[in-house]
Amino acid sequence: MTTQTPPVQGFTLPSYERPRGLHPPLDFPGYRATALRAPSRPLVPLPHRLTEVTGPLLGAERVTAADADLTTQHAGEPLGERIIVTGRLLDSGGRPVPGTLIEIWQANASGRYAHGVDNHPAPLDPNFSGAGRCMTDSEGTYRFVTIKPGAYPWRNHLNAWRPAHIHFSMLGRAFTQRLVTQMYFPGDPLFSQDPIFNSIPDPKARERLIARFDIGLTQPDWALGFEWDIVLRGPAATAIQLAEDHR
Amino acid sequence: MTAGLTPSQTVGPFLAIALPWPDGPFVVPEGTPGAIEITGRLLDGAGEPVPDGMIETWQADPDGRFAHPDDPRGAAEPAEAAFRGFGRCTTGPDGGYHIVTLRPGPLPSPDGGTEAPHLDVSVFARGMLDRVVTRIYFPDEQEANAADPVLAAIADPDRRATLVATVEPGGPPGEFRFDIRLQGARETVFFDV
Repeated sequence: MTTQTPPVQGFTLPSYERPRGLHPPLDFPGYRATALRAPSRPLVPLPHRLTEVTGPLLGAERVTAADADLTTQHAGEPLGERIIVTGRLLDSGGRPVPGTLIEIWQANASGRYAHGVDNHPAPLDPNFSGAGRCMTDSEGTYRFVTIKPGAYPWRNHLNAWRPAHIHFSMLGRAFTQRLVTQMYFPGDPLFSQDPIFNSIPDPKARERLIARFDIGLTQPDWALGFEWDIVLRGPAATAIQLAEDHR
Repeated sequence: MTAGLTPSQTVGPFLAIALPWPDGPFVVPEGTPGAIEITGRLLDGAGEPVPDGMIETWQADPDGRFAHPDDPRGAAEPAEAAFRGFGRCTTGPDGGYHIVTLRPGPLPSPDGGTEAPHLDVSVFARGMLDRVVTRIYFPDEQEANAADPVLAAIADPDRRATLVATVEPGGPPGEFRFDIRLQGARETVFFDV
């Protein structure tokens, strides 16, 4: 006589790839502030289970269309070169990542942030706060109107200057996809001396942070157009069994 | 390395321009029945506060479900409608943060075991070129913690203990403490996710 074992119900969890050598090391001596903020012990591998393959699908309720235009948040227009920054949020399989929140922040055209800790002696712009947000659409597309940020000095080393950049934060659709990074502009002469840009081990990966100037996106008599796609880790479906007692 | 992926860069010192949400720390509104509060400090390798960081949390609801299509049991409608699952708090001058939420339920693990109730945590700060990830477990879930596959994979009990929140003896119910030490002798366990 055989014992009837309860049927085991299978279910699928996406399994996200683990990019090796893509992100900067946490301990990077060229960027001095990493010295006391980088864990000294090796990271413990965490298999992707339910908490990791899910994530917050929210943001639309806290975003208005006006949030994507950083040039119209005040009574007057900010100084600087007006630019359009647009592109697609994709996963590594080339699939769009729709309906996810993108938040950006940046310095003004003079290289000064509207933040109390920034004491760079460059002028604040009363017409520029430097924060924006939008949701990606069904094709993963995002679009911001802003001004080109200026370069600015920092105290990492003697005569250190950050290349012009816009900070980007993406929630993604899973905890594994969460990403914060920076977008740079083509031809910046400051790349070679910037430890943050150069902390990315692969020079080809560094270049993926540089937007592309696009005359087709440029609007006549109005604004320069830049295109920049962002690629997050993608899921690969894998059948995984869920034990009977958890059904 | 996978071709085409976008690499991480630090949030830098000015994340407060854009990332704080007024309701960020409130995974559920204050005063929600059964709400708990997790408070702690983000500390660097010298034991000094990190005042320009940000903590984010992501967790299951009290039934162990997620409002997400990749939960194979189906996207959950949380019993508490205002439950967001996601918390975000920038750190204060003392490195402090707080999250108000509901206790997550235990989770089925793909290998047939059970994960003890936990929150996944991302830590961002100036001086960190990528986020680091840790987990918060609960001190009054000893049995579930003992069977948790993630905790079980950490051999050193002192290291394991860095992932378990603490309560003040005689403190108010529902208040937990979870300090995050980025580096040093009592360094928090961080995960490669």
